[in-house]
Amino acid sequence: MIVAAAAPAPASGTDLVLRLSGVDKRFGKPPHVVQALHGVDLEVRRGRVTGLIGPDGAGKTTLMRIASGLLTPERGAVQALGFDAARQSLQVQSRVGYMPQRFGLYEDLSVQENLDLYADLQGVAPTARAPRYRELMHMTGLASFTRRLAGRLSGGMKQKLGLACTLVHPPELLLLDEPTVGVDPVSRRELWQIVYRLVREQSMTVLLSTAYLDEAERCAEVILLHEGRVLGHGAPGDFSQPLTGRSFRVTAPDIGKRALQARLGTKPGVVDAVIQGEHVRVVLDAGTAQHPNALPRDLPGATIKPVPPRFEDAFVTMIRGDRPGRPVEVPAMTGAANTDGTVIQVRHLDRRFGDFYAVRDLSFDVRRGEVFGLLGANGAGKSTTFRMLCGLLPASGGRLSVAGVDLRTASATARARIGYMSQKFSLYGNLSVHQNLRFFASAYGLTGRSHRQRIDAALTGFELEGYRDTESQTLPLGYKQRLALACALLHQPDILFLDEPTSGVDPLARREFWARIGALAEGGVTVLVTTHFMEEAEYCDRMAIMAAGRILALGTPEQIKARARGAAKPEPGEETTMEDAFIALIEAAKRQETQTDAA
Amino acid sequence: MPPERAWRSGRGGAHMRLRGLVRKEFLQILRDPSSIAIAFVMPVVLLLLFGYGVSMDARHVPLAMVVEQPDADTAGLVGAFGNTEYFHPIAMPDMRSAERAMLAGRVSGIVHLRADFSRRLHSAGGAPIQLILNGVDANYARLIQGYVQGVWGAWLTQRARLQGARLPLAVDLQPRVWFNGNFRSRDYLVPGLIVVIMTLIGALLTALVMAREWERGTMEALLVTPVRMREILIGKLIPYFVLGMGGMALSVAMAVWLFQVPLRGSLWVLTLSSALFLGAALGMGLLISITARNQFVAGLLAIITTFLPAFILSGFIFDIGSMPTVVQWITRLMAARYFVAILQTSFLAGDVWPVLLPNALALMGMAVIFLGLSRRRARKRLE
Amino acid sequence: MTAARRILALTIKEFLALMKDRFSRVVVVVPPLLQTLAFGYAASFDLNHVPFAVYDEDGGAGARELVARFAAAPAFQQRAVIHRHADIRPLIDNRKVLMVLHIGPQFGRRLALGEPAPLQIVIDGRNSNTAAIALNYARSIVTGFNRQWAADRGRGGPPAFVEARAWFNPNLESRWFFVPGIIGLLTLVVTMMVTALSVAREREQGTFDQLLVTPMRPAEILVGKALPGLIIGVLEGAVITLIAVYWFQVPLLGSLTALFVGLCLFLLSAIGIGLMISSLSVTLQQALLGAFLFLVPAVILSGFATPIANMPEAVQLLTYANPLRYFVVVLRGVFLQGAPFGLLVGQFWPMAVIGLVTLTAAGWLFRRRMH
Repeated sequence: MIVAAAAPAPASGTDLVLRLSGVDKRFGKPPHVVQALHGVDLEVRRGRVTGLIGPDGAGKTTLMRIASGLLTPERGAVQALGFDAARQSLQVQSRVGYMPQRFGLYEDLSVQENLDLYADLQGVAPTARAPRYRELMHMTGLASFTRRLAGRLSGGMKQKLGLACTLVHPPELLLLDEPTVGVDPVSRRELWQIVYRLVREQSMTVLLSTAYLDEAERCAEVILLHEGRVLGHGAPGDFSQPLTGRSFRVTAPDIGKRALQARLGTKPGVVDAVIQGEHVRVVLDAGTAQHPNALPRDLPGATIKPVPPRFEDAFVTMIRGDRPGRPVEVPAMTGAANTDGTVIQVRHLDRRFGDFYAVRDLSFDVRRGEVFGLLGANGAGKSTTFRMLCGLLPASGGRLSVAGVDLRTASATARARIGYMSQKFSLYGNLSVHQNLRFFASAYGLTGRSHRQRIDAALTGFELEGYRDTESQTLPLGYKQRLALACALLHQPDILFLDEPTSGVDPLARREFWARIGALAEGGVTVLVTTHFMEEAEYCDRMAIMAAGRILALGTPEQIKARARGAAKPEPGEETTMEDAFIALIEAAKRQETQTDAA
Repeated sequence: MPPERAWRSGRGGAHMRLRGLVRKEFLQILRDPSSIAIAFVMPVVLLLLFGYGVSMDARHVPLAMVVEQPDADTAGLVGAFGNTEYFHPIAMPDMRSAERAMLAGRVSGIVHLRADFSRRLHSAGGAPIQLILNGVDANYARLIQGYVQGVWGAWLTQRARLQGARLPLAVDLQPRVWFNGNFRSRDYLVPGLIVVIMTLIGALLTALVMAREWERGTMEALLVTPVRMREILIGKLIPYFVLGMGGMALSVAMAVWLFQVPLRGSLWVLTLSSALFLGAALGMGLLISITARNQFVAGLLAIITTFLPAFILSGFIFDIGSMPTVVQWITRLMAARYFVAILQTSFLAGDVWPVLLPNALALMGMAVIFLGLSRRRARKRLE
Repeated sequence: MTAARRILALTIKEFLALMKDRFSRVVVVVPPLLQTLAFGYAASFDLNHVPFAVYDEDGGAGARELVARFAAAPAFQQRAVIHRHADIRPLIDNRKVLMVLHIGPQFGRRLALGEPAPLQIVIDGRNSNTAAIALNYARSIVTGFNRQWAADRGRGGPPAFVEARAWFNPNLESRWFFVPGIIGLLTLVVTMMVTALSVAREREQGTFDQLLVTPMRPAEILVGKALPGLIIGVLEGAVITLIAVYWFQVPLLGSLTALFVGLCLFLLSAIGIGLMISSLSVTLQQALLGAFLFLVPAVILSGFATPIANMPEAVQLLTYANPLRYFVVVLRGVFLQGAPFGLLVGQFWPMAVIGLVTLTAAGWLFRRRMH
């Protein structure tokens, strides 16, 4: 069943800020045409926050660009603030604020200079500027950084500056394209506070696209977009409402949470199964949900408990069309030895750039078959640590070893034991999927029959056959990620390095990705992963939370949450999420800093 | 509706937007010293290198002198070779060693006086002064041949005077070289080099600027503001134009004060034509940048379309009038060609309007075409 | 063996990456070939149809004969006849003519008397090289006239005359000199385009890290990156050689072996420099700037257009680091002089040394330069 939540009652003319009717948008020339939008009808009403939610490649960014007059649709009409966005784009553009995905900042200009530029472009009267700047800087907390170059700001600060620049002339309609990607939880919270203040105090209209499903619940209205079509439009509650009684929480202390998830995920009748803390959250199809207790019968010591549905359950159900998730096929791992022991060892690791410490006094171990996470905001030092471990960057001080050697000086054969997947899914953009695989297979020294077999296995295992001859730069992001992982796994490495493997990837692709990683770890592969998605920390066996180049906390997710509960005021009844834990730890660290400063 | 709305869409708004864009571009230039290096360091280094390094003037050309039977007559001739700064005569015992020296590149030519030279000197037919040249560098060989003819003429005149006889020539060629009486090749090479260097600067400064904004994602943010494409382009041009004019001023100053090239034309004509040329050069860079939208391809295009064509097809070294008609038509597509004509005239001849005007008009036309094409191709849309 | 396979894979990948993009495929192949044709015609110091005007105050038979000789020469073309001295200046100033033949009123009388009759040639010296060449042409015409005049009248000519003969290029055709040089010029530009931006581009896209964590050794990456440039350079060099021989009819006297050994060594040194620039650069803009900063001096200080011997000592020293300097000598030696392999060794080894040093440096920089 598809929940096509009825659109809210038609609004009166003045209440409508944005209206798309029958919009089609195609890219490319035959035969490589991609239909980005398919007869899209939607309405955005004044003074509300409307969320544009959809998996990767759904057409969210295209829709934003059409609304702001940056693209013209092939068919259909776009009315923004009473103007035709296609023909009167200048009128529209002087009334909307639009923040593109990378915030549109000039990184070599200072905060103040960026503001001045956008004030000039938006035609803000000189006399009106000083108070406006004051207000924006106060709102975003950037007041003490006005002279700093935008490129030197943290991810969260960049995002707030980008927002300030779009707000420099108060727009009637604010369009935010994935504003919270790559930003730490504290900054995300602050952004939402700002957005709500704008809506409340200036009755601004906000259309915001996001890949974080928990953010959907903060919107007044949600538009669900999938493969260029609108699947539903309504309040977030309208979406999850029909799933009441189908969401449950399964606990089984005797089985590892990953194994539990894997087993639940393949059971008939289970639409979705994700790890949440110590539990596995499942969504069942309507029939199975009648008798939930039958589900964990074959799992020793398992208990099942109903929980209220959330937006994510609805999202997954709608997109998957009630089809249960298919078991993910993982190419068989034969390379991993079964001996236990420490694979990665880091002691007092430092990395300086000039007099700035990107990483300071880092120590941790990773054991064989473990999924170890490095968590933190952009600029916390995750990637620097990561690059040092891979031998791409020399350390300034301390010791590190991967499989007993320092990869920087290790022989080529030692490097053959690791797999590496970099932040931007670094593939050769104008080579096809098959050509990429072939190249990396040869680069890793596979020859003859094993060369062919491994490539075939990767194509089937990662469901890439359909894209075999597609140029990798035109792949949807989720498929790029699959291909990057497939390339990193071709030579069956014992150790896998993953740098922000899920950045910008939608929830479905993320689920699939983590299922593969889980299976790999069960097969004895050691995985080191960096991420800024706090929820993903739940998939890790152990993790380190980093901030400003140091480790704030190290341990299993539960240990870290427990520590955070000690640091923050525990809210009874509510479960601590990793995001709460992260925020609590950061704030505690800040408090400590101010205390030491005071002393 | 905010009260300033009307004002925002008016002329004041355009002015303010433009000012903001120009200031932004200037700040970026200041932050990334590579643009400043392109505009100011490159002309200095290249002009120094080439101003001193490139020269068509042969001096002290090593010349093998093979005299089979030395006597007073041959001594006079050999002495004439030694008396000019063009040659450095090296006496060789026989032709065999002279030929070996020429093959090895130790001498650039051989002057051969046979045993019967003095005898034939007094006969009716006259005595041959045999000159053997290495023809690989045909131009150099021609030049040497000309110098030898000069030495020969001087020797004849000298000889006639000593003997109190008339110069035994029917027609006496008396060249009058205008503008550059001493044939100082630097005087015409330096203005030409300025053109080559300015072509490179123009392309390098702008070829990547638009592509960079696309790749960094800032173009999208600019495009959703009420700014017009026209303003974005002008905002890009003004700062690089100022930078380019600065580089040009520096080059002219070096030409005049360091290389002592006379500047006979007026400064304002030079300034104006430089402005026109920069308009065309920057316009071409901008067009490349807009067409490519990708720094890699823009870079390839900039390399292939600017340097070698400006060097070979501009008339800077090679005479355009002597090229086949088809190639002459191709040179008409080079802004550098017109600017070379203007600079050589402006430096060496003065404000000769019949030369300056058509070339300046051509430059203006090219600037208009390139900038117009840029404007047409740059859409305020993302496709 | 596995190393060879890895290198082959990288080479194929580089080719695919370059040739799959329609735009870069066209840019690498078409302009160099078109430019060969255009430059082959353009790069020449031979003058054709140099416009001149005649100001004949004498009008006698001797003057007419002299003018006729100028008008008949292919190098010159008569454009105007003027009757006032004041007309000379505008003609020259406005570049309507390059030179004016001025024959004074006493010309015929002095000619008849056997006194040297002055022929004044006013010439535009703005391009002093063109002026010098044109004067040389004029001089040989006058010399020919004098000999004919003397022979016809049985008078003694000058006691001695210059009898010039040129080796390797008897007609002193300028094109024979420049067309072989163009092979060096264009292969240099193409290899720089292919190599100088390649590592910088992978850095910007993040794929270079990916490459470094594979078991490929820096030396293998180096070879894999160098091969496409070498192959493209050799192929284009061969095509341009064919154009030079069959289209421009430049004689190719020496051995093809010597030519291609020289081409390969030259390309290796150019690739080394290109890869070094590329691995030193963090952004594409820097790589582009580096490529230009190498290309421009390399071409101008190569002896391609102006002889190295004319340069001051300090600049001559600089040219020793320029691979094009050696290759230009090899090209002209093989084409025009038929130089045997042995005679060119002195040009081969410096290119080999430059290639070795720069390639080693590039390989070393792969791992060092990355933050």
